[in-house]
Amino acid sequence: MTLFGDPTVWLPLVFAALMGVSILVYVVLDGFDLGVGVLFPFADEAERDRMVASIGPFWDANETWLVLAIGILLVAFPSAHGAILTALYLPVAVMLIGLILRGVAFEFRVKAPHRWKLFWDRAFFGGSLMTSLSQGYMLGIYIMGLEITVFTTAFSAMTAIALTVAYSFIGATWLIMKTESQLQRKAVNWAKGGIWGVVLGLGAVSVASPFVSQRIFEKWFSIPEIFLLAPLPLIALGLVALLWYALRHLPARNDSFAWFPFVITIALFVLGFFGMAYSFYPFVVPDQLTIYEAASAPESLFIILVGTCFVLPMIVGYSILAYTIFRGKARDLTYD
Amino acid sequence: MMDALILSRIQFAANISFHILFPTITIALGWVLLFFKLRFNATGDEKWFDAYRFWVKVFALSFAMGVVSGITMSFQFGTNWPGFMETVGNIAGPLLAYEVMTAFFLEAVFLGIMLFGFRRVPGWLHTLATFLVAFGTTMSAFWILVLNSWMHTPAGFEMREGVAHATDWFAIIFNPSMPYRLVHMLLASGLTVAFLVAGFSAFRWLIGDRSASVRATLKTGLVMGALLIPIQVLAGDMHGLNTLEHQPQKVAAMEGNWETRSNVPLVLFALPDEEARENRYEIGIPNLASIILKHDADGVVPGLNDFVAEDGSALHPPVAPVFFSFRVMIGTGVAMLLLSWASVFFMARRDVSRGGTRHRRGVEGLPKPLLWALVPMAFSGWVATLAGWYTTEIGRQPWLVQGIMTTADAVADVPAPFVATSLVAYLAVYVVLLGAYVSVLFYLATKTAKGERVALRPGSGEATTAAAAAVAAE
Repeated sequence: MTLFGDPTVWLPLVFAALMGVSILVYVVLDGFDLGVGVLFPFADEAERDRMVASIGPFWDANETWLVLAIGILLVAFPSAHGAILTALYLPVAVMLIGLILRGVAFEFRVKAPHRWKLFWDRAFFGGSLMTSLSQGYMLGIYIMGLEITVFTTAFSAMTAIALTVAYSFIGATWLIMKTESQLQRKAVNWAKGGIWGVVLGLGAVSVASPFVSQRIFEKWFSIPEIFLLAPLPLIALGLVALLWYALRHLPARNDSFAWFPFVITIALFVLGFFGMAYSFYPFVVPDQLTIYEAASAPESLFIILVGTCFVLPMIVGYSILAYTIFRGKARDLTYD
Repeated sequence: MMDALILSRIQFAANISFHILFPTITIALGWVLLFFKLRFNATGDEKWFDAYRFWVKVFALSFAMGVVSGITMSFQFGTNWPGFMETVGNIAGPLLAYEVMTAFFLEAVFLGIMLFGFRRVPGWLHTLATFLVAFGTTMSAFWILVLNSWMHTPAGFEMREGVAHATDWFAIIFNPSMPYRLVHMLLASGLTVAFLVAGFSAFRWLIGDRSASVRATLKTGLVMGALLIPIQVLAGDMHGLNTLEHQPQKVAAMEGNWETRSNVPLVLFALPDEEARENRYEIGIPNLASIILKHDADGVVPGLNDFVAEDGSALHPPVAPVFFSFRVMIGTGVAMLLLSWASVFFMARRDVSRGGTRHRRGVEGLPKPLLWALVPMAFSGWVATLAGWYTTEIGRQPWLVQGIMTTADAVADVPAPFVATSLVAYLAVYVVLLGAYVSVLFYLATKTAKGERVALRPGSGEATTAAAAAVAAE
């Protein structure tokens, strides 16, 4: 355990990184399938069937990344887990009920009698919307240091909308990749209509973070950090320009580059995530509790890490297997 | 006005009661699906694939219900019970982490392949996916029961500054009650599925489905139930003796025994009165509790009055809920035993009505009243499992982790109206979903039964057999 120096230093860091990666993977993966749910009202019944077919084999595993992220917060930083989740009690409850509704609607919409299908489609949309909005709201409150005032609530209402639009944007880019003809053209239009959510979301978080916290301000606007950070917003702007250009020319002949907006959107999500991670490190509860103060006992973290080293590559491996098996354009889902 | 503690307890109880219904089905149904798939692979008989096709729908629906209600559980620790992880997080954390890593991802990823991959992957990979999903659900049960058992019989740790630290992971995982509890729960899942499969197959039979597949599943469910129930009786008895050793106050509440004494009767019915500290309207069988628990009529069985603090407050669980839950569980188990054994008896009887040879009557031998009795028994596993969990979990009170921390120690400082709001919302959602789930199961069974009937070609051998069977069943 002392092989890499003091375990009370490197173990919390490793687990903070693991948790960060889980959150990032979750936001990208469940982001697109939540987004597909948010786009439901704009589609007709046949299109909705095809949209669900495009995410059906994946949504459950996608959501498991949330369980892993919250699990790592729970096991590695138990006191932070309690502090964050009790502060976010009501939005968490809204999110959970949203996740329940949309998760079961996947099954009920095709298994219940047909006259109930519209009801379950609405539950799927409603659940996806509740989940996206509450996650965006929690993001805002977290950035504001878990303080609940009129100003922070207003800010969080904005991040709630921005994240929801951003999810629907990545959902639309997923559909551009996974569908054809009419629905694909619709998805391109949805993406064109939703790109502002990504820009506003990234912009708001970037502008607000340094002004909420003196510490983050100093971390950003001191020399030489400012020169190291400057490329981040510049790359982001470049990617947005590329996205806009691509969306104006899609769908292309032979369906080439249909994957492009989805991949670029992932890159944008990754950039936004690293910006946030840089701002908040080493705090797990903003400006209150660092990862080192909140960490569990080293012997417990170590036993989890041993398992993680074996299991995580396997999880990644068979997740890739699943995405490979269900690659290409989405087809109707059948059990036989 | 109720405080946050009691509201949080009701909310946790509601969440976990709703949640456990679905894993109880999916744990064993995964293995039953694998059995159907392997029978299909081995015989090539379409009836096994038809069985797979119907029950995989039930599995998918149950799995989704289990996943979403399970996510709720994982958040409850933080939102309502932060003291739990702050005190025993060093033990509970790794166990939960291993559950996520070795079970959740495995089942979630391979479920997609199992459900939608039949035409996309080779047959062996589809069978392997079915196996891995069943294995994943069982691994999940393993880890969560390790943690739950540790909360009843903690071992392999030391307390430093009020926080539990792991000293021996082997002792933590294989803590004294773990093997008993795990076996008891896995068998409970097996019985739940046996009666679910038998119950819905009986329902399909009664509304006129005479397909080869419904015969196969009806027989599978009934034989599975008949085989598992005696093993469960034995496992339950051993689990009870283990509890007597480690949590005697729980057994005292289960038995409704107030005084530590010998020749304790087995109380069949009573109204335990905690104010007067005695049973009213007691009906019991003399000496039987001593014989069951100590294998000796003169055996001394601990009583509740040994667990009272000097100030008179109880150090034992509330008696009535534990006492009655236990009887509901036992009663349901007895019903399971009688019905499954009677069914096997009727199926095994020989008769000479067909072709002059004396062969077993099989599912046609089942009398109609018995088939009707099996339909409500489809959910008997839920009743027994919930009653059993209430017995053991309420029986652990006032402790959250036996001897280390009480439930009150762990509760969050969240305003009571917040908890009340979320509780009402959860309950409303759960009631709707439970109603939808049960009605969709009946809808799917009806649809499949009617579909099979239409599919029969008049004059074909299958239809003739079905008609003969219909006559035999009248």
